[in-house]
Amino acid sequence: MTDWRTLAESFADKGYIAAPDLAMALFIALNLGRPLLLEGAAGVGKTEVARTLALVKDTRLIRLQCYEGLDAAHAIYEWNYQRQLLAIRAAAEGGETGRSVEQRIFSEEFLLQRPLLQAIRQETPPVLLIDEIDRADEEFEAYLLEVLSDFQITVPELGTITATSVPHVILTSNGTRDLSDALRRRCLYAHVDFPSRESELKILAARCPTVEPTLARQIVGFVQSLRKEELEKTPGVAEMLDFAAALVGLGVNDLTADPLVLQATLATLLKTQGDRAAVPTEVAQRLAGKAS
Amino acid sequence: MSRVTRFAARDPGPAARLAGFMAHLRDNGLKLGVYETETAMRALCLVQASNLAEARLALKAVCAGSSDEAWRFDDLFDAYWRNDGRVRQAVAREEAAKERQHTRSSQAAEEAQSSRRGTAQSPEDGRDDDDAFTDGPGRLIASRAVNLMKKDLRELVAPQDIAAAETLARRLAAAIRDRRSRRRRPDRKGEAIDFRRTVRLSLATGGEPLALPRRRRPDRSVRLSVLCDVSGSMTAYARVFLAFLAGLIRGERTADAYLFHTKLVRITEALRDDEPLRALNRLTLIADGFGGGSKIAANLDRFARTYARKFVDGRSVVVILSDGYDTDPPELMGQALRRLKRRGCRIVWLNPLAGWKGYEPIARGMAAAKPHLDLFAPANTLASLAALEPEFSRL
Repeated sequence: MTDWRTLAESFADKGYIAAPDLAMALFIALNLGRPLLLEGAAGVGKTEVARTLALVKDTRLIRLQCYEGLDAAHAIYEWNYQRQLLAIRAAAEGGETGRSVEQRIFSEEFLLQRPLLQAIRQETPPVLLIDEIDRADEEFEAYLLEVLSDFQITVPELGTITATSVPHVILTSNGTRDLSDALRRRCLYAHVDFPSRESELKILAARCPTVEPTLARQIVGFVQSLRKEELEKTPGVAEMLDFAAALVGLGVNDLTADPLVLQATLATLLKTQGDRAAVPTEVAQRLAGKAS
Repeated sequence: MSRVTRFAARDPGPAARLAGFMAHLRDNGLKLGVYETETAMRALCLVQASNLAEARLALKAVCAGSSDEAWRFDDLFDAYWRNDGRVRQAVAREEAAKERQHTRSSQAAEEAQSSRRGTAQSPEDGRDDDDAFTDGPGRLIASRAVNLMKKDLRELVAPQDIAAAETLARRLAAAIRDRRSRRRRPDRKGEAIDFRRTVRLSLATGGEPLALPRRRRPDRSVRLSVLCDVSGSMTAYARVFLAFLAGLIRGERTADAYLFHTKLVRITEALRDDEPLRALNRLTLIADGFGGGSKIAANLDRFARTYARKFVDGRSVVVILSDGYDTDPPELMGQALRRLKRRGCRIVWLNPLAGWKGYEPIARGMAAAKPHLDLFAPANTLASLAALEPEFSRL
């Protein structure tokens, strides 16, 4: 990859329209081998960046979904205790010596590799997606920092495992808590916004080529103006694509044609009762009318 | 398009300019070190650094670390790199600046000195000899705010108060514990057997599980978000509450603090300053309009719609420090609190007026608020806040 524009184009080929900010941040992160931290509202396509990157680089995507209470046993490695126990029993009956049993049960064979360990042991550099890092506890964040700076993991029984290839790391955060400065400093940063009208049209064209251009403009216009309304949950890009798919599936050619159908398909965009109540038929019709 | 900054002929080169830019960003509150400067340099080598748009994007990816910084970055970039006329105030390194100080006229010396402090304010408005203007954008706003301030918070809060408040705040935060952690920790008296460790230990005894380690869910501290009313009617109590806020933020890493009068301001970052008095100084600058009227309901609503979405969840306790005298209609108060409550948090309202004898929440806003509160208690001194510890532990 020689140029950030080339990178943006190859992303577009795979159906992801990246804003210049994002394309540049990705380009630098890839070239300097640094992790990239993506922040933005839910539904702007942060996770999709990693998926597309894996496609572009034609490599594996290894995903670590963070959640509260995520610990080393689920993120890095764990011994397969049940198998070890069986192996000990079998060895005792076979009359194997203690030393050789010990060596055997603490070998690779009994090691369960979790995403972080998997990622540093791939032949070709994979894309490591650490999703929603803000959901994990601060202790885990600190540990992650260590892995991200050295790319090596120590398993006491086996010794230190150094990365055979350095993965392309992408972290995403929804901003449910402040991330530590140390983590922010380690990463490059890009803020992902909701796409502009033009980008969103391109996304729709790339993802649902079957949508008629006029309908596509209506859909994008409608969703864009819906985002300006005061909603509890702003519809994201994925919701917009669902909405388009629903309309195509129902054979709708014009958003304003049938208020009932529009209201029914709103289920793909508005996901709380409060939001449904906030957009009654009249409002939806007004927005759809403006959009076309 | 742009008028790119012309640097002085004796300017030592692009690396020094970039270092100057990083210093400029640092002066404007971005947290950047030598490591970032190096990264920025390497990033610029990857792109066409002579192309302004590309250089801007590249530096943005390296230097900005949060959405707020990314948003401010463009202005900071323009101030430094696209600033025609800032000829003599080149990216002088400290030595160079000193040298000039000796050789040039006093005016030039003044300029050199200010550029050493990372000047970025545009001289296009023709006032670069003005002291206030050469003081960098952040400080410029600050000095204006000082003039507007009616009250200096430093006069209100003494350092020993903060120390006392810090202990108190820590105790209060510790009193509210949440017992719903999903992560289990090894514990000798835990309620559940730690299966994995049992198997692990049994390896030593030939697969017979002799030792049965246990584990349990640890208590988690909750996240406190404190909103403090600093409107005119609250001035008398500001001393106590601000000390409490400062103590809380310094003591608890997860705590979050806001001030409101007619506007709502997040002050967590300002209070986290290492030096307590400097923190208050920064706060003083933020609290422009302190001592004016209050719009409690509107501010609570704004909080529920913006910050609460980010910082308040089911494990949070929102503490409101206010007398409840609101200029907004009471229906708004109920609505705002209902919205906030939907985040799953617990809401505590500490009212200084309730400390008065025979006080009933006469303010209609308070009446509307009460059904949504988990705890409504009087507090107007540090001692009365301390007395609330058992109440808090019951939450």
